Amino acid sequence: MFDLTGKCALVTGASGGIGGEIAKALHAAGAKVALSGTRVEPLEALAAELGEGAFVCPANLSDPDSVEALPKAAAAAMGSVDILVNNAGITRDNLFMRMSDDEWQAVMDVNLTSSFRLMRGVLRGMMKARWGRIVTITSVVGQTGNPGQGNYAAAKAGLVGMSKSLAYEVASRGITVNCVAPGFIATAMTDKLNDEQKGKILSQIPSGRMGAPEEIAAAVLYLSSPEAGYVTGATLSVNGGMAMV
Amino acid sequence: MSDIADRVKKIVVEHLGVEEDKVTETASFIDDLGADSLDTVELVMAFEEEFGIEIPDDAAETIQTFGDAVKFITEAA
Repeated sequence: MFDLTGKCALVTGASGGIGGEIAKALHAAGAKVALSGTRVEPLEALAAELGEGAFVCPANLSDPDSVEALPKAAAAAMGSVDILVNNAGITRDNLFMRMSDDEWQAVMDVNLTSSFRLMRGVLRGMMKARWGRIVTITSVVGQTGNPGQGNYAAAKAGLVGMSKSLAYEVASRGITVNCVAPGFIATAMTDKLNDEQKGKILSQIPSGRMGAPEEIAAAVLYLSSPEAGYVTGATLSVNGGMAMV
Repeated sequence: MSDIADRVKKIVVEHLGVEEDKVTETASFIDDLGADSLDTVELVMAFEEEFGIEIPDDAAETIQTFGDAVKFITEAA
């Protein structure tokens, strides 16, 4: 099950905890992977770890030209882009009353607009191939809201509406467009929280623990697989029961 | 029939799965040949590739029939 032999996947934010695991899972299922991110060093380390069929495609998702060039670079490296995983994201948290236009715009540019451009960039090849998988990582906060994350929650909710719209348009061409909405996942970001903060978060999670990046990767692997061909426009929540929507 | 018209017709027949004799000068892709809006985008993409030309979006909107396509491509190629 979930054999991706012969498929080529572009993963953004592959230098991060979740993105790295996604790349590993797709690669382990037989896909070629293009690893994208801003920091070249961790991408090269991951590519070296994966070995054959892993390519480094650095990009700065806040720069429109860099975003436009990425699908082309990935297709040149791998031969095509059959699977796109929009995983990259940034936070610029602030209370609403204090949030600057720059904080708002930076999050929109990287988290929402770059995904739009990447989706548009990979569609032509997928349409011709009559097969494609687009998986976008959103967040539980896009469904529930979160104080201090008005910009982030707006971008994540926006990705869901955008994905559903595209899912309608291309469903008849064998292309599925889905989202994975993680809850609290143990990464470098959550390592910084103190015990009190962690305790508070864990009390909100029915399963009583944070998720692992591998558990997000498994959801992405499923939605990228031929077996998930009848699943489109969906958001798969992977949050330990934190929000049952 | 010109070489361009033959090549355009071949693309239309293959893409829309219609009989060749249905693809007449005035045949509308959407009204007569059963294309949806996404099909018309794909046809334009296929024309661009076949003839090595760029068809801007505003020009693409004016290409409604087989005859329109042949005329545009003849002028652009």
